[in-house]
Amino acid sequence: MNKKMLMTGNEAIGEAAVQAGCDFYAGYPITPQNELTAYLAKRMPEEKRVFVQAESELAAINMVMGAAACGRRAMTTSSSPGISLKQEGISYLAGARLPCLIVNIMRGGPGLGNIAPAQSDYFQATKGGGHGDYHCLVLAPGSVQEAYHLVFLGFDLADQYRTPTILLGDGMLGQMMEPLIVCSSPACRPGREFVVRRKRLPTKPWALNGCQGRGPRVVKSFFMQNELLEGHNKILQKNYAQIKNKEQRCEQLYLEDSSIVLVAYGSMARIAKAATAALRKKKIKAGLLRPISLWPFPAGAFEQLLKKKKKLRFLVLEMSCGQMVEDVRLAVNGRAAVDFYGRSGGGIPTEEEILKKILHRG
Amino acid sequence: MREEIICAGFGGQGIMLLGKVIAQAAMKENKHLTWIPSYGSAMRGGTAFCTVVISKEEIASPYVDKCDSLFVFNQPSWDKFKRRVRPGGLVLLNSTLIKNSLGPKGVKIRKIPFTDLAASLGNARVANMIALGVYLKEKNIVKKKSCFEVFAEIVPPGKEHLVGINKQALDKGYAV
Amino acid sequence: MKKAFTRPKSLRDVETHYCPGCGHGVAQRLVCEVIDQLGIRGKTIAVCPVGCAVVAYDYWNFDCCEAAHGRALAVATGIKRVQPDKFVFTYQGDGDLAAIGTAETVHTANRGENLSTVFINNAIYGMTGGQMAPTTLLNQKTATTPLGRDAQREGYPLKVCELLSRLPGVAFLERVALDSAGGIIKAKRAIHQAFVNQLEKKGFSLVEILSPCPVCWGKSALQAQQWLKEEMVKTFPLGRYK
Repeated sequence: MNKKMLMTGNEAIGEAAVQAGCDFYAGYPITPQNELTAYLAKRMPEEKRVFVQAESELAAINMVMGAAACGRRAMTTSSSPGISLKQEGISYLAGARLPCLIVNIMRGGPGLGNIAPAQSDYFQATKGGGHGDYHCLVLAPGSVQEAYHLVFLGFDLADQYRTPTILLGDGMLGQMMEPLIVCSSPACRPGREFVVRRKRLPTKPWALNGCQGRGPRVVKSFFMQNELLEGHNKILQKNYAQIKNKEQRCEQLYLEDSSIVLVAYGSMARIAKAATAALRKKKIKAGLLRPISLWPFPAGAFEQLLKKKKKLRFLVLEMSCGQMVEDVRLAVNGRAAVDFYGRSGGGIPTEEEILKKILHRG
Repeated sequence: MREEIICAGFGGQGIMLLGKVIAQAAMKENKHLTWIPSYGSAMRGGTAFCTVVISKEEIASPYVDKCDSLFVFNQPSWDKFKRRVRPGGLVLLNSTLIKNSLGPKGVKIRKIPFTDLAASLGNARVANMIALGVYLKEKNIVKKKSCFEVFAEIVPPGKEHLVGINKQALDKGYAV
Repeated sequence: MKKAFTRPKSLRDVETHYCPGCGHGVAQRLVCEVIDQLGIRGKTIAVCPVGCAVVAYDYWNFDCCEAAHGRALAVATGIKRVQPDKFVFTYQGDGDLAAIGTAETVHTANRGENLSTVFINNAIYGMTGGQMAPTTLLNQKTATTPLGRDAQREGYPLKVCELLSRLPGVAFLERVALDSAGGIIKAKRAIHQAFVNQLEKKGFSLVEILSPCPVCWGKSALQAQQWLKEEMVKTFPLGRYK
């Protein structure tokens, strides 16, 4: 039975994790994602799953590594400064090819920054973040309902590709309440389109559960000999190539006839969507391209757009000083003008500001 | 129809709850809505506020810059938010705690001593629901009946006795 | 004829990379003997963190998980919490357990996680080439204390058993030394106790093993054993702490 509830993004992510079969959660308090940790402190024991308040973000991500090494669905959540602390662990998880879900409800930085919503961890999330040649899958929800969906997808993709997956939200999404359709039985869970597609998730023949009746297993990222590590890295890269090939996701709005394309993700895309509608009312052919997967970046959608239309202009909007704009420029590769407008530190580009930016350029 | 609301006051004046009641009543009526709180240190004694958007259509931007209606319960909040009411907008102003109530032109300001009225009902904390009553009378965004249903749904176990006084407060506001 | 001494099933038939006279080989073998004795090889998961301990997974013949430097007990917590019926232990050096991982050590112990820890204290960083460890003795020369450890400058050797003994979540603490045949037998007994405690769900158990590192100490294997017996035990008195 579908049930409509009023929930914050933080709570919706927590509920989705429970429903997606998350067996283990470890977290450490940090604003603006505390409601998520508190929600799971209540819900996980109800479902006989494990909840641990760790002594630090370092401990939390490494506890997740332990649970993930046992083949269990495991999750940790935090906000920007806490995610910085987790980077070493994420690098180990990527190196050891362990799936898990990491939620970052971004706030303003650098340093202590502030607790206001921001999108300034894009580089950190999509370019690796820790040491070594690796990527995490990064999904960016634009609403409470989508955050709920993407938790299911995030766990599935993590299992399918054996890679840590990041759900990248911001303080506004985490704190905001919207009506959410929650399902009570797995058969009707809203993520089921993903589940059906991914019914055949790989088994986990690497999971540690004691060597009774089989040879011992080792979960590791350490390869002392150069050629062994290079070989291992080639396996990782092949996996990333496959992800890039198959897992690009984005929402496209009015792009068929657009001459100006707004590019934004997450909460920013909501405002961009409103701006797009306002521009259309003014007879300006604006459209919206909203990346849902930030890594892999939906470069394919840009490719198609540029193939179809010669004269295009992009305006990248971010709650940061300009991070995703670099990936847009790489995707566009000089074939169209790419402008940027962003604000940071809790500043949010308003519809009015976006319109001004477009109308004044002419 | 798109109604943008800001509720603001001291932490402890039931600001978040006020916004949630409106939001949940709108959900009952199958309207689209978003609710965003101020969060973090603002919880303790500082200015607490939340923004609510209610719309018949899907809500693209949940972000509220200028609002159509402002509920304001204390002086610092009035000073902070009075410039964020649209021309033609409505202000529900708590004159018990806001002495300097001069505001922008072109805005309808209802100055009512919500806190005093609530105290006369025996519970100063229901000032928020008196204001809600006035609002419902002014603007038919959500129905009184929906709000009453929400009261019964969101009341925490063991606090059921508070439903009555909240209804009473809402009715009192409605009759002002 | 019955074999009196043989390789434990839990130990692989491979050469180790450890230096001559190093205590790791002995300690790792003791761990294997105890696991064989208890018949728990099939349900054992070991956690090997960065340091000389990390390659133990190449020698041990049971499931192992690597951990970042200092994070072994966090990883072990994750493993044990989702599989409480498995036997989970960490094998950590002094830099790992008592410097970079101090928070994990203290908090895992304080939570009373039902885990066992084998703590190798050789008063030095071995893998990185002989730098000062939190457990380096006063006046001991290392690559980063060339004039000897000075309490004014570098503080005092950290006494882990003493420190943890005040925590109610801890079930068992013992310090032993690989300084003689007798010491090795005692060490095995302590490991056995720490492992049995977990099987009996008693909470957190730790065995601190004073262990020689002749190469980084700049001594011969024999001199190292002598120094361990005569000097190291003065700072780190042997015995049961809880």
